[in-house]
Amino acid sequence: MSTLLSFCQWLAETPFSIGIRESTYIYPIIESVHVLSLCIFVGLLLLWDLRLIGITLRRVAVSEVWARLIPWITMGAALMVVSGLLLFASDPVRFFGNVFFRVKAFGLFLALLNAIAFHLGIERKLVDWDTALVTPRAAKLAGAISIGLWAIIVVTGRFVAYNWFSPLV
Amino acid sequence: MEPLFQWFEHSWLGTSVNNSLWAFAAFEALHLLALAVIGGAVLVVDLRTLGWVFPRQRVNEIAAEARPWLIGSIIAMFLTGIPLLASLADSKYYFNEAFRLKMYFLFLALLFTFFVRQRIALGDEARANSMMAKAVAVVSVLLWSGVGIMGRGIGFY
Repeated sequence: MSTLLSFCQWLAETPFSIGIRESTYIYPIIESVHVLSLCIFVGLLLLWDLRLIGITLRRVAVSEVWARLIPWITMGAALMVVSGLLLFASDPVRFFGNVFFRVKAFGLFLALLNAIAFHLGIERKLVDWDTALVTPRAAKLAGAISIGLWAIIVVTGRFVAYNWFSPLV
Repeated sequence: MEPLFQWFEHSWLGTSVNNSLWAFAAFEALHLLALAVIGGAVLVVDLRTLGWVFPRQRVNEIAAEARPWLIGSIIAMFLTGIPLLASLADSKYYFNEAFRLKMYFLFLALLFTFFVRQRIALGDEARANSMMAKAVAVVSVLLWSGVGIMGRGIGFY
């Protein structure tokens, strides 16, 4: 932990970090990009998760929903990651010490694990259920877990702005 | 108009949100979740109309799939947005330029979505694939982006 904290302290003193933190326009612009990319990333990922559960686009093959949505989801994810890293860089010590930020980071880690589990698990048998009217239970579970985790990530992300709890570092 | 905003802030709803430590933040977070849903529901139809996603499905099929999510998220936006507005109606939003612009964009986006875009997206395929339909999709994305950008702008103003 102390290594991470030292890194955050070092980053906070770089001209790059100070520049974003003290800018009039750069910070609001990055934050707006971060929030609006949510529409592209979470909004379209939701359609994919709902397809896995078997709620939306049931007449479109699962593989096709994936192939059509993934370029947009990837683009949205890239915007989220770049803008998110820049926001973090603007005030790393504060984010590092914020309890909601830590929950969010853990949520992101779990969402990644969920995606990997889906990829290594039920996705391997996709040919068997690609056009099935009812998706397998493992696929429904992966979709539902993803929706739940992303909801937690969005909510805790918003809560990072509140100082209800004293900083952890 | 200002007396209305004053009344709203001192109404039961406004005072309830203000007297709670977490209510504002909770409605704000739910508002943000609804934003993600509305974003997906709007984008998938406009991207389809532009031919950039699901080219093998008909526009009206995608629009029909997205419709309950669009309407549900708009309702969620109002249900979470109204308490947020009530809490600071007079002391913040009435004087906030970004909030005013957001309301203009919202009014236009709602009218455009349900009176112009819906007829094209849920209409016959020839019209849904016309140049006019593509222009409608671009206007739709711009109007809804205006709502979102101004919404974020409220906090910076």
